[in-house]
Amino acid sequence: MKATTHRMKDNAVDAMANPALQDSLDRMKTGFSSKRAIARDRLPEFDALRDQGRDIKNRVLANLDHYLEAFEEKVIAAGGKVHWCADAEEANAAILGICQSLDARTVTKGKSMISEEIGLNDYLEANGVTPVETDLGEYIIQLRHEAPSHIIAPAIHLQMRQVEETFREHHRHLDPARQLMEPPQLMGEARAELRGRFIAADVGITGANFLIAETGSTVIVTNEGNGDLTQTLPKAHVVVASIEKIVPTLEDASTLMRLLARSATGQELSVYTTFSTGPRRADDPDGPGEFHVVLLDNGRTDLLGSEFSEMLRCIRCGACLNHCPVYGAIGGHAYGWVYPGPMGSVLSPGLIGIEDAGNMPNASTLCGRCEAVCPMHIPLPRMLRAWREREHDKKLSPRSVRWGLDLWAMLASRPRLYQIATGLAMKLLGRLGRRHGNFLNLPLAGGWTDHRDLPAPEGATFMQQYRKGRRATK
Amino acid sequence: MSQRKVALFVTCLVDLFRPTVGFAALKLLEQAGCDVSVPEAQTCCGQPAFNSGDRGNAQKVARGLIEAFEPFDYVVAPSGSCAGMIRKHYPELFAGDDIWEARATALAGKTWELTSFLTDVVGFDAVDASYDGSVTYHDSCSGLRELGVKSQPRKLLDKVAGLNLTELPGAEVCCGFGGTFCVKYADISNAIVADKTEDILATGADTLLAGDLGCLMNMAGKLSREGRPVKVRHVAEVLADMTGDVAPISQGPES
Repeated sequence: MKATTHRMKDNAVDAMANPALQDSLDRMKTGFSSKRAIARDRLPEFDALRDQGRDIKNRVLANLDHYLEAFEEKVIAAGGKVHWCADAEEANAAILGICQSLDARTVTKGKSMISEEIGLNDYLEANGVTPVETDLGEYIIQLRHEAPSHIIAPAIHLQMRQVEETFREHHRHLDPARQLMEPPQLMGEARAELRGRFIAADVGITGANFLIAETGSTVIVTNEGNGDLTQTLPKAHVVVASIEKIVPTLEDASTLMRLLARSATGQELSVYTTFSTGPRRADDPDGPGEFHVVLLDNGRTDLLGSEFSEMLRCIRCGACLNHCPVYGAIGGHAYGWVYPGPMGSVLSPGLIGIEDAGNMPNASTLCGRCEAVCPMHIPLPRMLRAWREREHDKKLSPRSVRWGLDLWAMLASRPRLYQIATGLAMKLLGRLGRRHGNFLNLPLAGGWTDHRDLPAPEGATFMQQYRKGRRATK
Repeated sequence: MSQRKVALFVTCLVDLFRPTVGFAALKLLEQAGCDVSVPEAQTCCGQPAFNSGDRGNAQKVARGLIEAFEPFDYVVAPSGSCAGMIRKHYPELFAGDDIWEARATALAGKTWELTSFLTDVVGFDAVDASYDGSVTYHDSCSGLRELGVKSQPRKLLDKVAGLNLTELPGAEVCCGFGGTFCVKYADISNAIVADKTEDILATGADTLLAGDLGCLMNMAGKLSREGRPVKVRHVAEVLADMTGDVAPISQGPES
């Protein structure tokens, strides 16, 4: 996917002028956050669980090579194969290779952010393999040729009538008289359309929420059951996952699962939780004949051990998106790359470079709500700031901003000079603003006064008055 | 018991735009029995540079503040954001610096947000103020999440005669100020503050209070631009009974 984060400001303006999107975002903001709050309150040990989750992932990250190798060993013992891929190109090629070895024409796909990250669908299509998304949200956006706008709710930006329009446009056999007004009706329509695709598919591709070193298992959680059909019906199951998804044991996976659904949707657990270990065994009634795990690095080992290492604890619950005021105002597409919101603003510069993703870490108020709700205690604001430092050190920020900061620091580190200069400025501003108490616009303050009045200063600064002997009361 | 030697950190926005908040803080601290000084060598905490990724300039400004405030038992600021900068971020700003890290950490340990200092450190509850009106309260992000300031201002406001507090829905949601964010991403900031003003109006309160001047100026500026009849004040002005000293930051359309 081509990043458009350099156009983020324009993207955001478009997003804020889109009434359908704004309506969807309004619903999302209150829906997800209140569901999470209720789920959290129902589980007294929720915070203790968060500490455990953080500790599990820290242990993993400190010994990542060990756990990945242990995982591979178990996958092989179960009859599967692991493909180590350094980047998107290698991962795409590995997946296409598997498809071609089976003469695959169509593949079904469970929801996977990693496959969005590597641009898998476009790649497969360009090479004669047709991918069919089976998660309802992913299916809708695939029909519309859009990218996901949220990491757990890919079509959250759409309204039901838009989904209906999309189905009516693409489902050729759809009876015009059929009612498509309610979610179950839309779900039923997608299900009917997808049924044949599940059976026809030669290969099923899913992501993984967790990879378990102890058993060589992969885990996916869904609410629709589409993941199960994707991975059990075709000839081969391909799991594509990034390296940090590994956890040591089944027990660890269950700890993290208790955090995941509560943080994401406020559920105790997702409706379906599916563990896959190897291909079908001789006495299994069904299951894929081949089991492949495509392990993707794509820049993650560079983050490991850096100031961004803690980002690799992320379990992709989306809580930070759901609680972020900026995400809530502009939605996911405006960020301009696969991962939006606070987690995306930290992860994306690590994967595509701060040169391309510079707007993402800057477009945050650093309000800290993302960190407060993150089940893995990821210090997102600290890392957003760290990206800003990298950007500043590389002189990627506008020269006017850097010069402005130099001038400000020169003054602010010389209190007497600072007080004389600011005293004069405030006196002038105070006098200009005395009549209305507010500035409706002010030269050089357009960023502020385009949307807000600027309250006029009282006039004399605190320091001037204090120096003249004013004390606590007049 | 000897009096607590408290340095008031006026904060740059209070110093420049709303000195009354500084004098209100001074009054409250004195009412609470503190020996208050205002070191003249103070300017700003360095947040604009820190949050812009300019560590060098942030350190340059922060060193001056550390020197100015070192001699005191406590440093108190009428701002969760500036107190949070010193308390949470100064040690990190100087991490690895042999001399300054220890000095920054020492200062961090004795720096407080005003209402939190009055409540948690001094146990002050002799608020001598009255306010005729219904108010609502916005929890500024830094104070709330970096310093745990939530119950303290409410406890103190509860003592103000005549004051009636209605909780603001989503009081913990950012107002969209975010320091330089509000000018660098003015359109997004505007969308966030527009949501906030809707929530404020929904309370029916005639006055909005908060503990951070940055957030207050942002919300006041938007309320004023929308022509809303909501008065906006720093919580210290109300607690110090100084609402007669200065007009609200915003007070709606001029008649």
